[in-house]
Amino acid sequence: MSNTTLASKKLPSGAEWTFEAIGLYHEEIARVAANYKLDTYPVQVEMITSEQMMDAYASVGMPVNYHHWSFGKQFLATEKRYKRGQMGLAYEIVINSDPCIAYLMEENTLTMQALVIAHAAYGHNAFFKGNYLFRTWTSPDAIVDYLIFARNYIAQCEQRHGVDAVEELLDSCHALMNVGVDRYKRPPKLSLLKEQARQSERETYLQRQVNELWRTLPTRTTTDTKEEAPRFPPEPQENILYFIEKHAPLLEPWQREIVRIVRKVAQYFFPQRQTQVMNEGWASFWHYTLLNTLYDEGLLADSFMMEFLHSHSSVMYQPNYNDPWYNGINPYALGFAMWQDIKRICESPTDEDREWFPDIAGSNWQETFDFAMRNFKDESFIAQFLSPRLMRSFKLFAVQDDDKKSKLFVSAIHEERGYRELRERLSNQYNLGCREPNIQVWSVDFRGDRSLTLRYQPYNRRPLGKSVEEVMKHLARLWGFAVRLETVEPNGSTTLTYECRTEKRRGDSKEKRARN
Amino acid sequence: MVRIIDRRFDSKKKSTANRQRFMRRFKRQIRKAVADAIDGRSIRDLESGEEISIPSKDLSEPSFQHGKEGVWEQVFTGNDRFASGDGIDRPMGGGGSSGGGGASNEGESEDDFVFQLSRDEFLDVFFDDLALPNLVRTELAKLTEFKTQRAGFTSDGVPTNINVVRSLRGAIGRRKALGAPLAARVREIDEEIEALEQDTTAHLDEIAALREERSRLLIRIEAIPFIDRFDLRYNNRIRIPKPITQAVMFCVMDVSGSMDEQKKATAKRFFMLLYLFLRRNYEHIDVVFIRHHTIAKEVDEDEFFHSRESGGTVVSSALRLMTDIVRDRYPPGAWNVYGAQASDGDNWDNDSPICCDILDKELLALCRYFAYIEITTGEAQNLWRQYEGLTAHHRNFALQRIESLEDIYPVFRELFKKEPA
Repeated sequence: MSNTTLASKKLPSGAEWTFEAIGLYHEEIARVAANYKLDTYPVQVEMITSEQMMDAYASVGMPVNYHHWSFGKQFLATEKRYKRGQMGLAYEIVINSDPCIAYLMEENTLTMQALVIAHAAYGHNAFFKGNYLFRTWTSPDAIVDYLIFARNYIAQCEQRHGVDAVEELLDSCHALMNVGVDRYKRPPKLSLLKEQARQSERETYLQRQVNELWRTLPTRTTTDTKEEAPRFPPEPQENILYFIEKHAPLLEPWQREIVRIVRKVAQYFFPQRQTQVMNEGWASFWHYTLLNTLYDEGLLADSFMMEFLHSHSSVMYQPNYNDPWYNGINPYALGFAMWQDIKRICESPTDEDREWFPDIAGSNWQETFDFAMRNFKDESFIAQFLSPRLMRSFKLFAVQDDDKKSKLFVSAIHEERGYRELRERLSNQYNLGCREPNIQVWSVDFRGDRSLTLRYQPYNRRPLGKSVEEVMKHLARLWGFAVRLETVEPNGSTTLTYECRTEKRRGDSKEKRARN
Repeated sequence: MVRIIDRRFDSKKKSTANRQRFMRRFKRQIRKAVADAIDGRSIRDLESGEEISIPSKDLSEPSFQHGKEGVWEQVFTGNDRFASGDGIDRPMGGGGSSGGGGASNEGESEDDFVFQLSRDEFLDVFFDDLALPNLVRTELAKLTEFKTQRAGFTSDGVPTNINVVRSLRGAIGRRKALGAPLAARVREIDEEIEALEQDTTAHLDEIAALREERSRLLIRIEAIPFIDRFDLRYNNRIRIPKPITQAVMFCVMDVSGSMDEQKKATAKRFFMLLYLFLRRNYEHIDVVFIRHHTIAKEVDEDEFFHSRESGGTVVSSALRLMTDIVRDRYPPGAWNVYGAQASDGDNWDNDSPICCDILDKELLALCRYFAYIEITTGEAQNLWRQYEGLTAHHRNFALQRIESLEDIYPVFRELFKKEPA
């Protein structure tokens, strides 16, 4: 730190914020962040009311989104919790965009505004810019424009085709949102201009493609039956919404476009779902570090620090399993502790650390941080960096619940022989592949009844929940013909788990073609 | 330098779009909840919103989830007693694996989704059922009616409000006040001149000087403005809540065996709507509940709607009681009396002409308005036939047959027209 800043006088304190005070805080936080070499998008701070904040919370954290009843439901629930004072801190929303938009809530105190700036506008911002998942899957320069486009497009559809028709469609798409993402394939970049330019072209082209696929003239059918019909799709497809968008026989072009919008939004949030512990921990580490640095420089009043630390520690609180308010592992607590721990391993490693983390023990912590932030997601981050020391301090233990056994079974605890297993279990817990059922598009009977078959590959003998019936009905609505779900048994055979035979009846020429 | 943008004033109430989508989608459940709420509410309790609860399963957003069975592995914090390999009894209700189970069963929990309906939204649903025209809705939902009233004068305002008399009166006063010392001096000078002129010695110089002073004074008096800006007075009008007037509303209901819960619920809405209409016009409203079968009785609201009695029906007993109560407690000079009678129309045959007579000769003269609704799906009953004759020569009498809730409003259409806001 340069001497000039040490001499500067304290930043404003007190509960009331002013735009000027926020500007001053931001300037200092930005300066310290730059000293720590945090690489961020430019920051844009926006001041909003609590109602706007709840609204943004409700629309999956996006300031502009299309209208849907489920967001209204979310809004009502958030509003209720807010009015009861159940949402402690963290009214912070930050948009992964360039410039990075951080929302501050009018009702917060000056301290909280500074905390949110440090946490969101520098912590999350740097993570968005650096982490490989975000770099691969999201386009910060285009997202806000794309959402505006999506909202306007859907509003137009509502005018043209009726609110009910659009709502039904969105319901169905939302049901499949979790299976509407590419997990492994790298997506093409998204850009508003390209989207718009190509949209009409795509509409006509897609429709033609689909029609081609479903054109089964009687003469050809007779010749084809002799050969073995080619499989379609040639390989199982993981992204069910994408498959619907491209191949559902009866969807109108506008419907395909809406499926696409939902799919794009799902894809945009996919990295966030995979980096919760890392991202929140990272942001928490940086708000803690940045504000403490400012305090050490003598810029912050004691009253500021008291309020900040109070708020910080209540967010970082981790109840024990037998506490009445236990609600799983707090991602803020775990993430913050892990980053703090990595810094400790770099700066003052113990023998145990040297044995477990030979690569990073004693290294430069800022470089190690940068590496870890860029190249991991929750699952791999935990598998790589969760130290025995942390497992001890959290007193972690893994419990196995096998419905074939009468008792639960403690499979590993925080002890020498349990560390590796415990770490693997915890890592698995954050693996979306384990958390969510693995369901893929298996085949389409396009020479026969046009039915769509999905296959479920169970993990640990877990069956599908009851909601599967509802989801399959939604899928049938999109597909327009029968849909089936098969479960792959351990011995490799498959059983039919669910079948939905609703068929869309339509009086136009496509229908006739489809019935030939 | 950072960009700080103040967005607090953009898109106020943006959430309402999504909220309305929500209301629209769950209209059926909300209507049912409102109907239930109305049944549980006092007819005067229309000032608050309502907590609506909707079963979560109705608003679940399904997605592919794991079921509870199979093998689940979950890491917990705060181990205080377990060693590796320990067996734990399965907690009741699957709490032990609730982390995994809970996460996978989101949307299947049985708790209801509860939210608060605002007063306006509540009334909207209420009005929807009654098929009220929009204009009437807004009029009824308005909380306070104001009326402008003169309140003296102010020294500033718009030109149209200038009060000429007041302003000129002020101007005269000002002119007098400012001119008085000068005029007094003029009179003095006049006297002095007169005195000097009568004096034989020549005082020509003095007289000339005095004359000059006098003319200067006259110029000064002339120079006092006839009307000045601060003379202007404006009529002052202030908005005050409508004058306090009082009304009494009689709810008369047949509680004989044939009035079932459904009919009572319809009657209740009728009373509620009347109450809303009256509240628009009167600051203070008393409500009197009279139930009757063969004998009539004044009761409180709870008993009115909820206790059951059966037996025959003699409507005239209720009308007599109402007449007595009006005479006793609500002299029509001080109170506006409104009567609302709900019945299934079944009356003891010989009694109907008596009812008609009471209304015709006594009660209708005491009432501002009397409305009768017959809640029935069948043929018109004898009471109806008798009452029909009354409409011809009593403009303050209305009757309506009600099969469904939408039929209630027409009863009030007349009333509404007659009562200017």
